[in-house]
Amino acid sequence: MSTQSMSFNLRVWRQEGPQEPGRLVDYKVVDISPEMSFLEMLDELNVQLTRKGERPVEFDSDCREGICGMCGLVITGVAHGPLSATTTCTLRMRHFQDGQTIEVEPFRAAAFPVLRDLVVDRTALDRIIQAGGFVSQNAGSAPDGNAIPIPKDDAENAMDAASCIGCGACVAACPNASAFLFTSAKVSQLAYLPQGRPEARRRVASMVRQMDLEGFGNCTNHGECEAVCPKEVSIHHIARMRKEYWKAMLG
Amino acid sequence: MNQTFLNAPPEESARILDARIPPGPLERKWTDHRGHVSLVSPANKRKHTILVVGTGLAGGAAAAALGELGYRVLNFCIQDSPRRAHSVAAQGGINASKNYQNDGDSDFRLFYDTVKGGDFRAREANVYRLAELSGAIIDQCVAQGVPFAREYGGTLANRSFGGAQVSRTFYARGQTGQQLLLGAYGSLMRQVAAGTVTMLARREMLDLVLVDGRARGIVCRNLVTGELETYAGDAVLLATGGYSTVFYLSTNAVNCNNSAAWRCHKRGAFFANPCFTQIHPTCIPQEAETQSKLTLMSESLRNDGRVWVPAKAGDHRSAAEIPESERDYYLERIYPAFGNLVPRDIASRAAKRMCDEGKGVGKTGRAVFLDFQAALERLGRPVIAERYGNLFHMYEEITAEDPYRVPMRIYPAPHYTMGGLWVDYNLMTTIPGLFALGEANFSDHGANRLGASALMQGLADGYFVIPYTLGAYLAEWRPQPISTEHEAFAQAAAEVRQGIQSLLEVAGKEPVRDLWRRLGHICWERVGMSREASGLNQALEEIRDLRKSFWQEVCIPGGERELNRSLEMAIRVADYLEFAELLAMDALHREESCGGHFREEFRTPEGEALRDDERFTYVAAWEYTGDLQRPRLHKENLKFEHVQPGQRSYK
Ligand SMILES: Cc1cc2nc3c(=O)[nH]c(=O)nc-3n(C[C@H](O)[C@H](O)[C@H](O)COP(=O)(O)OP(=O)(O)OC[C@H]3O[C@@H](n4cnc5c(N)ncnc54)[C@H](O)[C@@H]3O)c2cc1C
Ligand code: SF4
Ligand code: FES
Repeated sequence: MSTQSMSFNLRVWRQEGPQEPGRLVDYKVVDISPEMSFLEMLDELNVQLTRKGERPVEFDSDCREGICGMCGLVITGVAHGPLSATTTCTLRMRHFQDGQTIEVEPFRAAAFPVLRDLVVDRTALDRIIQAGGFVSQNAGSAPDGNAIPIPKDDAENAMDAASCIGCGACVAACPNASAFLFTSAKVSQLAYLPQGRPEARRRVASMVRQMDLEGFGNCTNHGECEAVCPKEVSIHHIARMRKEYWKAMLG
Repeated sequence: MNQTFLNAPPEESARILDARIPPGPLERKWTDHRGHVSLVSPANKRKHTILVVGTGLAGGAAAAALGELGYRVLNFCIQDSPRRAHSVAAQGGINASKNYQNDGDSDFRLFYDTVKGGDFRAREANVYRLAELSGAIIDQCVAQGVPFAREYGGTLANRSFGGAQVSRTFYARGQTGQQLLLGAYGSLMRQVAAGTVTMLARREMLDLVLVDGRARGIVCRNLVTGELETYAGDAVLLATGGYSTVFYLSTNAVNCNNSAAWRCHKRGAFFANPCFTQIHPTCIPQEAETQSKLTLMSESLRNDGRVWVPAKAGDHRSAAEIPESERDYYLERIYPAFGNLVPRDIASRAAKRMCDEGKGVGKTGRAVFLDFQAALERLGRPVIAERYGNLFHMYEEITAEDPYRVPMRIYPAPHYTMGGLWVDYNLMTTIPGLFALGEANFSDHGANRLGASALMQGLADGYFVIPYTLGAYLAEWRPQPISTEHEAFAQAAAEVRQGIQSLLEVAGKEPVRDLWRRLGHICWERVGMSREASGLNQALEEIRDLRKSFWQEVCIPGGERELNRSLEMAIRVADYLEFAELLAMDALHREESCGGHFREEFRTPEGEALRDDERFTYVAAWEYTGDLQRPRLHKENLKFEHVQPGQRSYK
């Protein structure tokens, strides 16, 4: 265990409920070891606040290993913080300077209302998937797993797209609060696989419509989404989704 | 508090539990049972409301499959989206006896390996069914678009995993659980769109509602508003995962908990084999003291990594400075037949033994090396990168060390719980209408689970078992409609509210997290990797004392009717404080070593687990008899007709 100890000046977004006004509040957090993750640092802050009889800061997290997509904070202006290909929960404090001032805000977007402090509602992303992000396949009716050979490259490409964890950082980073990267990841995954082809047209049309209905913005190719995506989902999936979309519209 | 009964032998019920295993030969049981159970007609299915708690592989698959059949399903989870259930974190893979590799696999072999791996404490009929269904799971997932790894020819790839001598593990990079879960989630979202499934996320089940002795509903806390909500239905399916977080330090997610199962236990569901807990051998050692979540390094790493420690105790040189001749590749030395691939319980205990002997490495001395040097030389960096790239990356991100150049440091950590609610062959608990699926039940893994078999079990339970057995229950019973107007709902909700208020009224000074850590410390030290009678007795007393302190000292800032994580955590820890006692008591009563349950007093001259088949070939199912009352022990005797229990040897 480390003997080195760090401290930070935090400016944390506090908001009591969806309708309440929010503001940045200053806290000093001490006794942080460089091995700690950003969320363990916030846990520590919360322990310190609790001992002082103050209300802890609410934030979402679960797996704490970068796979569930539940965590997500804007750290000094960047979704998931300064390190690329990293989620908030896997970001270690050794990447910050001792004594640094760190601003911590929720993932913001019109479609992601704040519930409390740093916790936002991202159910809009579920509704995009409900619009068609699946293969219509009932349990019990599947052919043998090896019945349809799939070229290794297609499987790998599908897997790249499928690694999206649904965190919503792409939305938070986008100046238009667009959900194109998230949506394209699912469209593209299923477009690479023969299993996804029968419903391809309906899927892309319906998911894109839902995206608009939820109030996500349009994509104007800023590329901020790709830059913050913890799973390095590539914007080439957006190009692919556009192609699929036009195929659906014209065909 | 009455401390006297703690050390007394448990009160035993004379009634022997009946698992309702169908008659007939092993390999025909499930097919015949399925073919003979009563069915609910398609028109009637939509009249039944089914409450499914949990959206992991077990709950998500069940909710989707029942929706597809036309039931009205209400599906609950703690997270903001069903896609985040902790199944998402599984890395290594999922087993199936497809025998695609032509290497001699079969349903029987998978069955045999699982029964043996479980150290002969699992129910044969259940395990056989699991093996039998394993192939259909892969078919289902492929059809959903799960991007499993493939060979250049386009067929599905396999690897050998967790000590299996055949290659039967299917995988999607190091993200198998995520991909399987997203497959189930897709199917679930399709049913939500179709209107059969209603998703109720950010809800925590805090009680079961019984009407005329049957499970008819649940009480939930809405985690955003803090309101208590009640839901009624014709059956309740519990798929709420395992209880490894009772140890505080674990590979499980921070919201994993045992509250739903524990509260069902208090309403009459027996809890089986709580002491069967699994410690995973390859986790990244703890870095900071407050850290609760430990990161697992997939077991698949042991296929190519070699485990070693310095041969001499107290050798603090870095790995590079220790010459080959002064290294002890202890797994290869002690278990030549299986080497680095011995099952988890064996690998974990061996690591602990090495560290106890002073040969541990790293700053704390509680770690062993997992070294890829030989594999890198043999296979080259690109092959290793393709196999384990993301795991190496994850390791480096956490430790700031590059495993391509220095060996990984690993140490065991609580990971999986074989124990859980007792269920019969139909996955029904001792409460009619309450079913338990996935890690929440005790059914298939005996005293130790083999790698890549939990995902298999969750999906088998959800997609392929419960649709039949639930139908049979409903068809035979024909429930009358029920609504939350029934007085039992208001009463259960009032009890939950009372519990929450008592917690808030404590108004002490201690943050919940610190109390949870103290509980975890007791459990890890005395009810962890190795156990013995005096330590267990001591644990029982310490747990009681801590429980007393908890109810005097806990501090929960904020109120009931708001989003309040401290309150959520306090509720879960309060339940764990009760449950931990049962865990220790079960460990104390089982005077043998088997699988993940290792009692220092019961071991072979070589230090391996020593079972006592004569006395303990049974499932210990505990009945709740009241707070601070001695629980009553019920036994389900296990019969081994197809696999002869033998001393498990991996030498
Ligand atoms: C790091 C890690 C790696 C693993 N790797 C593998 C592997 O490679 N292969 C393998 O076979 N197994 C693996 N396992 C084990 C396997 O992942 C789990 O046993 C399995 O996924 C559990 O699935 P489940 O559906 O039973 O529960 P979970 O996936 O844990 O889901 C539990 C669900 O219940 C909900 N819930 C819990 N309590 C409540 C409540 N009170 N009210 C409402 N909802 C509630 C949760 O929100 C969640 O939706 C791994 C486990 C871990 C931790
Ligand atoms: S595309 Fe990337 S940033 Fe967007 S939700 Fe998926 S993982 Fe998160
Ligand atoms: S908590 Fe799961 S990705 Fe961060």
